[in-house]
Amino acid sequence: MTLTLEGVAKRFGAEQHLHPLSLELQPGSFNVLLGRTLAGKTTLMRLMAGLDAPSAGRVLENGKDVTGTSVRHRDVAMVYQQFINYPAMTVYENIASPLRRQGKDKAEIDAKVRRTAAMLRIEPYLDRLPAELSGGQQQRCAIARALVKGAGLLLLDEPLVNLDYKLREELRAELREIFADGKTTVVYATTEPQEALILGGNVTVLHEGRMLQTGATGDVFHTPASLECAQVFSDPPMNVVDAILTNDRVALSDGTGLPLSAHDRNLPAGPCKVGIRANHLTVLRRTERLVPVRGKVALSEISGSETFIHLRHGDTTLIAREEGVHSHPIGSDIQVYADPDRIFVFSAAGQLVAAPNWRRGALRNIA
Amino acid sequence: MDKVQDNRAWFLIIPVFLIVAFSAVIPLMTVVNYSVQEIFGPGQTFFVGTEWFEAVLKDERLHDALVRQIVYSLAVLAIEIPLGILIALGMPGGRSAKTSLTLVLLALPLLIPFNVVGTIWQIFGRGDIGLLGATFRAIGIDYNYTSNSAHAWVTVLVMDVWHWTSLVALLCYAGLQSIPPAFYQAAKIDGASKWAVFRYIQLPKMRGVLIIAVLLRFMDSFMIYTEPFVLTGGGPGNSTTFLSQYLTQMAVGQFDIGKAAAFSIVYFLIVLLFSFIFYTIITRTGEGEKK
Repeated sequence: MTLTLEGVAKRFGAEQHLHPLSLELQPGSFNVLLGRTLAGKTTLMRLMAGLDAPSAGRVLENGKDVTGTSVRHRDVAMVYQQFINYPAMTVYENIASPLRRQGKDKAEIDAKVRRTAAMLRIEPYLDRLPAELSGGQQQRCAIARALVKGAGLLLLDEPLVNLDYKLREELRAELREIFADGKTTVVYATTEPQEALILGGNVTVLHEGRMLQTGATGDVFHTPASLECAQVFSDPPMNVVDAILTNDRVALSDGTGLPLSAHDRNLPAGPCKVGIRANHLTVLRRTERLVPVRGKVALSEISGSETFIHLRHGDTTLIAREEGVHSHPIGSDIQVYADPDRIFVFSAAGQLVAAPNWRRGALRNIA
Repeated sequence: MDKVQDNRAWFLIIPVFLIVAFSAVIPLMTVVNYSVQEIFGPGQTFFVGTEWFEAVLKDERLHDALVRQIVYSLAVLAIEIPLGILIALGMPGGRSAKTSLTLVLLALPLLIPFNVVGTIWQIFGRGDIGLLGATFRAIGIDYNYTSNSAHAWVTVLVMDVWHWTSLVALLCYAGLQSIPPAFYQAAKIDGASKWAVFRYIQLPKMRGVLIIAVLLRFMDSFMIYTEPFVLTGGGPGNSTTFLSQYLTQMAVGQFDIGKAAAFSIVYFLIVLLFSFIFYTIITRTGEGEKK
């Protein structure tokens, strides 16, 4: 379905949980709501579902105003952070329950339940109770229950957050394929930029109840409209340094000078903020163009097969990324290299002025 | 890893061992010992084998008391469990003054000593000064729990409901509060009816506390003593003489120690048997929905 939000807002008493925002989700699209905790993701989802009525604005399904319509009469399914299944029903009955309510005949229910269960790989457990399944299987059951309903709008509120790392990876990879059926409009809330990138589709970035940006995930990641948006969409957070733009270089506040690149040439001179993602601040000097930055190791953390080094540099802390697993003693001197071709230039007020060039579609290859 | 051998660990279980021995094992064995003796006085005892048990099993008054007891306990369960669930469902949730007030009000009957409960109802039911008795009299019902067996029996039952339903309600309330709100949202999105929410979410989630509630209320009501003793003294006739009271009459009133001991053991086995049956039925009920 096409879901249109027109200036919807939500306030609870004096607290504005969601500032007015407008959004249109296309039929069959995959939409990620990205934001930290308390950004308003769940509030927005509840408005989309019809669990809450907005304080202002309208919600339209396929152009039809459903603002005041109860969730019972809407075409929507939802999956939660907690694993929500009917505790006394078997997995089979759980998955069948939305179909039974729709009054489908027995053979059709059976076929659909088995097909959905097979898709989510819980076919062997159809006779078990939810409590007899592992966390991952319980969530698979909940997702199957939501999918089988065949609703026009499917909402997933941080569905993988309570699963362990391995299961999360596994289920995330499968979800993309499962949702690729092209009919259902899927909305997926997450706090993790990485997850948004892997899932692709469109992303809407929320921060403290405001919508910062919306668009194709790759576009938003590579051209964040503001510093705030870039921060929400960077993990680890983007390094931000005050700088002065001159006509031959970008002079960082610590005295480091970065040569101009294709994207930040011909910008008006003056003060600005420079953002560098951790993966463009590296230990390895790949080319001569990279500019050295010296600092002292404050912390070094290993994530997967890469190392993130937090280094004290003047009065700021920068985060650099290093391929592979390494250890750096705290307090040791370290030299990292900034890539002048990959820096983001923001105005002093935090609006994007220039972003590194990127090839559309490149994201697919990364993911 | 090697097991650490340290015999001093035995010292740690000595306190528990002693407490259980003195509070349960030794008294129980004393009763077993009494149940096979004819006792005339200190030192004048004769071994009689299973004679007391035979007498107990043939005792007509005991049969009557047992039937009365079973009907009473079943009535207590049939009223208090559904009523407690209903009250719990109607209770306000969240942290508000209303919630606290409800909880305090519900807890009040549980805080009153058993004999005081009996006294309260004794006065409450009196036709001359009691609110309940006087009200019945005023609307023309000849209510008298001291002379009418049915009235006495129902009064004892209502008294128990008044005293203990809040326990069931509080237990169920605790069970309901542990259900995450997302369950209700999910049910709402599914379009589930109120009944379906109760049947498929609330009831299964309350199963654990309900098992406890049923067992507690069964065992307690099956051993009820103080309240009817204070209210009616077991009368009129024997209409409110339940097992424990009959047992006391036998042991303390008639000083029939041997027979009373045999009775105690039979009584104990009956409570054990019924509790086991209830436990089995309830725990199976939840599982039974698998197919």
